[in-house]
Amino acid sequence: MRIAVALALIVLGSVVFHLLSPWWWTPIASNWSYIDDTILITFWITGVVFAAVVLFMAYCVFRFRHREGSRAAYQPESTRLEWWLSIGTGLGVAAMLAPGLFVWDQFVTVPKDATTVEVVGQQWQWSYRLPGADGRLGASDVAYVSPDNPLGLDPKDPHGQDDVIIQGDQLHLQLGKPVKILLRSLDVVHDFYVPEFRAKMDMIPGSVTYYWFTPTRVGTFEVLCAELCGVGHSHMRGSVVVELESDHRTWLLQQRTFAQLRAPVRADAGNERWIRDEPQNRNLQLTGNGRRSHD
Amino acid sequence: MTDETSNVVQSLSVAEVADVELYHPKSWITKYVFSQDAKIIAIQYSITALSIGLVALVMSWLMRLQLGFPGLLSFIDADRYYQIMTMHGMIMVIYLLTALFLGGFGNYLIPLMLGARDMVFPYVNMLSFWVYLLAVLVLVASFFVPGGPTGAGWTLYPPQAILATTPGKEWGIIVMLVSLMLFIIGFTMGGLNYVVTVLQGRTRGMTLLRMPLTVWGIFTATVLALLAFPALFVGCVMMLLDRVIGTSFFMPAIVSMGEQLPYKGGSPILFQHLFWFFGHPEVYIVALPAFGIISDLISTHARKNIFGYRMMVWALVAIGALSFVVWAHHMYVSGMHPAFGFFFATTTLIIAIPTAIKVYNWVLTLWRGDIHLTVPMLFALAFIVTFVNGGLTGLFLGNVVVDVPLSDTMFVVAHFHMVMGIAPIFAIFGAIYHWYPKVTGRLLSDTLGKLHFWVTFLGAYAIFFPLHYIGLMGVPRRYYEMGEMAFVPPSTVTLNAFITIVALIVGAAQLMFVFNLVWSLRRGRPAGGNPWGATTLEWQTPQTPPGHGNWGKTLPVVYRWAYDYSVPGAAQDFLPQNQPPVPRTA
Repeated sequence: MRIAVALALIVLGSVVFHLLSPWWWTPIASNWSYIDDTILITFWITGVVFAAVVLFMAYCVFRFRHREGSRAAYQPESTRLEWWLSIGTGLGVAAMLAPGLFVWDQFVTVPKDATTVEVVGQQWQWSYRLPGADGRLGASDVAYVSPDNPLGLDPKDPHGQDDVIIQGDQLHLQLGKPVKILLRSLDVVHDFYVPEFRAKMDMIPGSVTYYWFTPTRVGTFEVLCAELCGVGHSHMRGSVVVELESDHRTWLLQQRTFAQLRAPVRADAGNERWIRDEPQNRNLQLTGNGRRSHD
Repeated sequence: MTDETSNVVQSLSVAEVADVELYHPKSWITKYVFSQDAKIIAIQYSITALSIGLVALVMSWLMRLQLGFPGLLSFIDADRYYQIMTMHGMIMVIYLLTALFLGGFGNYLIPLMLGARDMVFPYVNMLSFWVYLLAVLVLVASFFVPGGPTGAGWTLYPPQAILATTPGKEWGIIVMLVSLMLFIIGFTMGGLNYVVTVLQGRTRGMTLLRMPLTVWGIFTATVLALLAFPALFVGCVMMLLDRVIGTSFFMPAIVSMGEQLPYKGGSPILFQHLFWFFGHPEVYIVALPAFGIISDLISTHARKNIFGYRMMVWALVAIGALSFVVWAHHMYVSGMHPAFGFFFATTTLIIAIPTAIKVYNWVLTLWRGDIHLTVPMLFALAFIVTFVNGGLTGLFLGNVVVDVPLSDTMFVVAHFHMVMGIAPIFAIFGAIYHWYPKVTGRLLSDTLGKLHFWVTFLGAYAIFFPLHYIGLMGVPRRYYEMGEMAFVPPSTVTLNAFITIVALIVGAAQLMFVFNLVWSLRRGRPAGGNPWGATTLEWQTPQTPPGHGNWGKTLPVVYRWAYDYSVPGAAQDFLPQNQPPVPRTA
């Protein structure tokens, strides 16, 4: 008797919690509202099924509870009923699967006009690489990683020289421009995850993975690591700024390229030169023997 | 399925199987310690599994305290947290659930329910337990080795599992892998026994389609385990080689903390495929015995035959078969080839259909039943609620594109706890309340049982239902501390504290259950041979608890299926499987 009431209250409580609690997804900032729609469809179908099954149980427990002299019916099976229930379930499953696969197809098909950004994970920080003027990223390999080549770019690949490298800073993306995120890891499995973008993918050492999206809202968004990556996992944070095209261009001009990052090495070889005049380096110049000094 | 009078062979003679073929114990040691009696082995398995399970329960409190009240316990730093998290998961899934369902319930119920004297290979059965115990002891040893147990997560993903930045790198991971390998060896010995006993050890008249669904569930799960565990075994061997002698099965070229490591050319994702080729069937290794047990509990305590028995059997077999072609749904965001997503999402959602049939048939069994709200029945109802809830959230995570935002968040944690933590544990509780009288001859205290039920059921739901929404917001799992997350409202801190408090209360209720187990051993109400009026053979033994050899001089002969409850015209509301049909008056 009490259990019948409890079962009904569980359904009621779950629905009320779902509708009224303050805990819900964070507002979306990418083109993947289709994913949100599929989640909503799934919530509806599964919610109805959950309520129906549990309320039916509550009714049965109330209506057919043991009383003195009562006896159960004898009904081993009903092929007809079982077929109808199977077909109904099949339709419900198809109603969730079809939109799911449709959207997955979009998720894995990168548009031709997408720009490329590489995200590199290592314990426990995010680095980024953007193609330079040639629009191509240079080759890379873990074997090249060294203190002055932290992302392991191939020093002989001409396409890599103008690649923009961002370490320990925010990634900026352009509003409304589809972007293909190439994912690379130097040590363990990480996962580049921005809740507002809805998309995520593991980065596996030894291979390059990807996903794509279009940022649809200006703002600064938190980057989290979503795959256990050792003891610092929960502290592997960063942030992504989505901004208008003009702001993005300004920002890009302030970043340093691979060649510039390696400039001190060449300075050692007697090739004296100034680092490009940019805000964070305005006070920084190289002396003749390659050591940095502030003036 | 009304074969009770139609196709019965009326002239079946009793099967006289002399019990001299059994090895009878000659001393206390061979009777209770190195016993070859499946019933004793079952109790040994159960006590070991429940004991190590209590350790994992305490670990869940520690984890919840850290999540609900960060920094409250100063000794839980990030290292400790990940070690506790890893051991909690590993113990619960493998050393508690798998061992208890198959080694515990399997050993006790298969021979008794099938009318056999024992398992077909009693000596191997004994070895199975002792190797399992060794596996548990090796696991426990990892708490005491330098550096402590591994903190790689129960999935043990390389490369981090064997790198210096993961706790337990020195010894913990090695001990863990060795323990798993021992567990698999021990299980294989037991598992072969269960399968052969089901196929060869059934008494006269016990056709496959007269077996109780509990046996069907345990049998199917054992077949799955025999096929799935080798994948994990192989994974363990290779990772052990990577860790100990520096091979590169799963290790590509890596720069760790600025240092080039000597590995080259291995594939981390290969381990994930091996792990989940085992890991997904593992879900059903735990779920299928629970399905079977719940079917029998509901039928017995609703005094009504299980609805659609044949469909229930085929659904078990279908789920078992399908569970081998869905493993990569754990890897949608692993970076595997995107085309896999289409295939694995489709197979995964198809598995929902036989699973749904099982749920429908359970609730349809209640329809027009005569429902006795005993403690086993209450736990069976609670199982259906939590299993349906967890199964439905599986439709979110199985649908590849919906999984993308939810994967690796607390939503996943809530989902799998509901569906393969709470639900199977409820089946275990229901089963213990149901069969304890056969094992001990005494009933568990009803008052304590009901209190245990209410706190556990409502509490567990209150813990895991809200957790889904924390995940939906985007909070990742396996975070030592949430810290500041811009997209998380401050009220979440309160919700986390609430969940922790409820978890502590539910945990305390389990101690009450343990007390009940011990107290009722001496003080419980004497149960008699068949306190629930059940039809299956284990309730028809000449002695309670059954003696060695189970059946006295002659084996029972089976004349009907396991679900002849409330048969019209019968004097009692149940007809035991070994009750001969009334000769028809022509």
